[in-house]
Amino acid sequence: MSFSFADVDSVRKGLSDVQYLADEGIAGVVYLAERLQKPVLVEGPAGTGKTQLAKSVAEATGARLIRLQCYEGLDESKALYEWNYKKQLLRIQAERQGEDPEGEGMWQQIEDDLFSEEFLLTRPLLEAIRAAEPVVLLIDEVDRVEIETEALLLEILSDYQVSIPELGTVAASQIPLVFLTSNNTRELSEALKRRCLFLHIDYPDLDREKEIVLAKVPGVGESLADQVARIVRSVRQIELKKAPSVSETLDWARTLVLLGVEHIDADTAAETVNILLKYRSDIEKALKEFASSDEDFAAPVATS
Amino acid sequence: MKVEPATSPLLALLAGFISELRAAGLPVSLTENLDAMEAIQHIPIEDRDAFKYALAATLVKNHAHWRAFETVFEVYFSLRGAEYDLIDGEWPEGMDLSDFVDGMDGQQRRQGGGGGEAMSAEQLAEMLFQALMRGDDALMRAIARQAVQRYAGMEPGRPVGGTYYLYRTLRNLDLDGVLERLMDQARQDAPGDLTPLEERLERDEFEARVDQLRKEVEAEIRRRLVADRGVEAMAKTLRKPLPEDVDFMHASREEMMALRRAIYPLTRKLAVRLARKRRHGRKGPLDFRNTMRHSLSYGGVPAEPKFRYPRPAKPEIMVVADVSGSVAAFARFTLHLVYAISNQFSKVRSFVFIDGLDEVTSFFEGVDDIGEAVHRVNAEADVVWVDGHSDYGHAFEVFWERYGKDVGPKTTVMILGDARNNYHASQAWILKEIEHRARKVFWLNPEPGAYWDTGDSIVSEYGVHCDGVFEVRNLRQLEGFVENLV
Repeated sequence: MSFSFADVDSVRKGLSDVQYLADEGIAGVVYLAERLQKPVLVEGPAGTGKTQLAKSVAEATGARLIRLQCYEGLDESKALYEWNYKKQLLRIQAERQGEDPEGEGMWQQIEDDLFSEEFLLTRPLLEAIRAAEPVVLLIDEVDRVEIETEALLLEILSDYQVSIPELGTVAASQIPLVFLTSNNTRELSEALKRRCLFLHIDYPDLDREKEIVLAKVPGVGESLADQVARIVRSVRQIELKKAPSVSETLDWARTLVLLGVEHIDADTAAETVNILLKYRSDIEKALKEFASSDEDFAAPVATS
Repeated sequence: MKVEPATSPLLALLAGFISELRAAGLPVSLTENLDAMEAIQHIPIEDRDAFKYALAATLVKNHAHWRAFETVFEVYFSLRGAEYDLIDGEWPEGMDLSDFVDGMDGQQRRQGGGGGEAMSAEQLAEMLFQALMRGDDALMRAIARQAVQRYAGMEPGRPVGGTYYLYRTLRNLDLDGVLERLMDQARQDAPGDLTPLEERLERDEFEARVDQLRKEVEAEIRRRLVADRGVEAMAKTLRKPLPEDVDFMHASREEMMALRRAIYPLTRKLAVRLARKRRHGRKGPLDFRNTMRHSLSYGGVPAEPKFRYPRPAKPEIMVVADVSGSVAAFARFTLHLVYAISNQFSKVRSFVFIDGLDEVTSFFEGVDDIGEAVHRVNAEADVVWVDGHSDYGHAFEVFWERYGKDVGPKTTVMILGDARNNYHASQAWILKEIEHRARKVFWLNPEPGAYWDTGDSIVSEYGVHCDGVFEVRNLRQLEGFVENLV
């Protein structure tokens, strides 16, 4: 078994080569996931780069990305495999026209034929297992499926195999790197959590956010990136309905670059804040907070 | 699992660590335990951060438990790691302190460079100021160590908690004063006047640094305490309940903040789950018409039975909450939670009382910031009648007189309070009347069950007229109750 990453630092480097700036925790967990051959459950606020992490890991390792988008009502036939019954029907009809003399024995053979790989439609999970080349499997927003459907994932997550009653067990020829993302709209089952490494991706700290802005926004100056990161950090400290995510920070920085802003003053901030915040009440609150900076702003939080 | 014998002292430590995590309430299973042991074999053991993340990734599967994990980790592994060597008064190597005490006369400067002991309190304060101004982490750590050494007055074996030492150290450092000085400096350094926005940003930056320093001081004290008392004893004194288990009535300020943060994701989760439950409810009886209609596509054979899905009526909720001092926090959280999922109810009305009673429904109407509305309730509702001590009897009288006619067969009445009536008349007959009219009457009591009916608490006198009396002391119990309510 060869590993794509020699140590934690090479994970960081590999990811930063594809423009994903991982902090120590993220890189460490990715490294461990490969070594321990365990899936990673990535949790955290929306827009902090959970899905992007899987994509970037795939890009960095040169693996194919297979993605399963979860939604309510997802079932076996969409996630694992399905029999191509139209083709099966055709097969049966073709056989009838041939009109065989042996009857019984022939039927046996048709049946064997019908449930062979030829008629199997692979869905993302099975595809990831059967792939010969290295793959990264991304199971996106796993918290959206019902708790019963989670059970579908368990076999593949712990043993890297899929059992198909008609065919037997399909085991992985290579162990895929699996990422599951969750927005934490519900508690995932213990069984699922137990099988995964857990990674919480939070909003980045000041320095990392600045680096992300510098890396992702073309034409942004060092000082503008610094100001953007600082303002966003301050905004996140206010109690808001929806704190600005990294992608919103990037949008904001791009807008400022487009507008040719070099230095953010209160007016520019007020005019463009609607890119950062998406609720009217949040915007009002932020503007109010920044207009009167002399008050100690821990106070309203503590007293209410 | 193969474990090399050479690592066994570490394994013993890890076993203690994991049992402490369990004692702190984290659900660590056997598989996770084994995973952790395997994980640490893949990382360089001297890298403390990597070690921490390896343990976190395998043992902590819920972000709300992160703090508890961090505390236990700090206690168990705080003595390890090269930069944390516990040598009193020694400065990190290669650090030239004379840089930081510019402006002092030469003799003092040399002393300052020699070692921390010789420094005066003013010099230390000056260095602290400089370190914060520059955001120099290594220097801040050194100063934290120095400050604890100098100010905390720690003595081996003294049965005093870490917070006492923390308080003593921080009082001497006067961080608030330092913060103001930093701000003054920033104002001076700026080319023009600072706009409010810039001032705010500077302040946030400095506050973050001061916070960092405070954490360093805390960590230093903890390290010394662990060295003095041993790991297990220390872990036990630091053990804190997880956010969902924090008692509403005895939460510290910090715990309250954690609770307030916890309630947003909680309500969102609850709302999603309830909406789902409504849609995927238990299957109802066979829908004959629908089945026949669908049978046509199977040539008249009813191959696909159809069922009626129950559409439970949304209840109408009336919340009557005691907001007097001791139980106010509980009332706030419950109001918050009920309004956050108010779309699950056909109507929500809320009343608050101490000895007088006031309807506060209007505060919540058309507001999308519930926290703000709850805050207004506290400030503006007219709930004092005579003396501002809870009087359930009078409050119920007012409720019955003014709003009694609105209680109908669809109404669920939730009463929140500890039923400590200050020996006023109970007027329990009102509850009996309400129970007759309403669909359900529930009483939520934030006191532990053992305290009920002690002193002036008359829970059971009211309780006989309720469909249920529940102990709701923490978020976990509150969540459970609300989920069953819908």
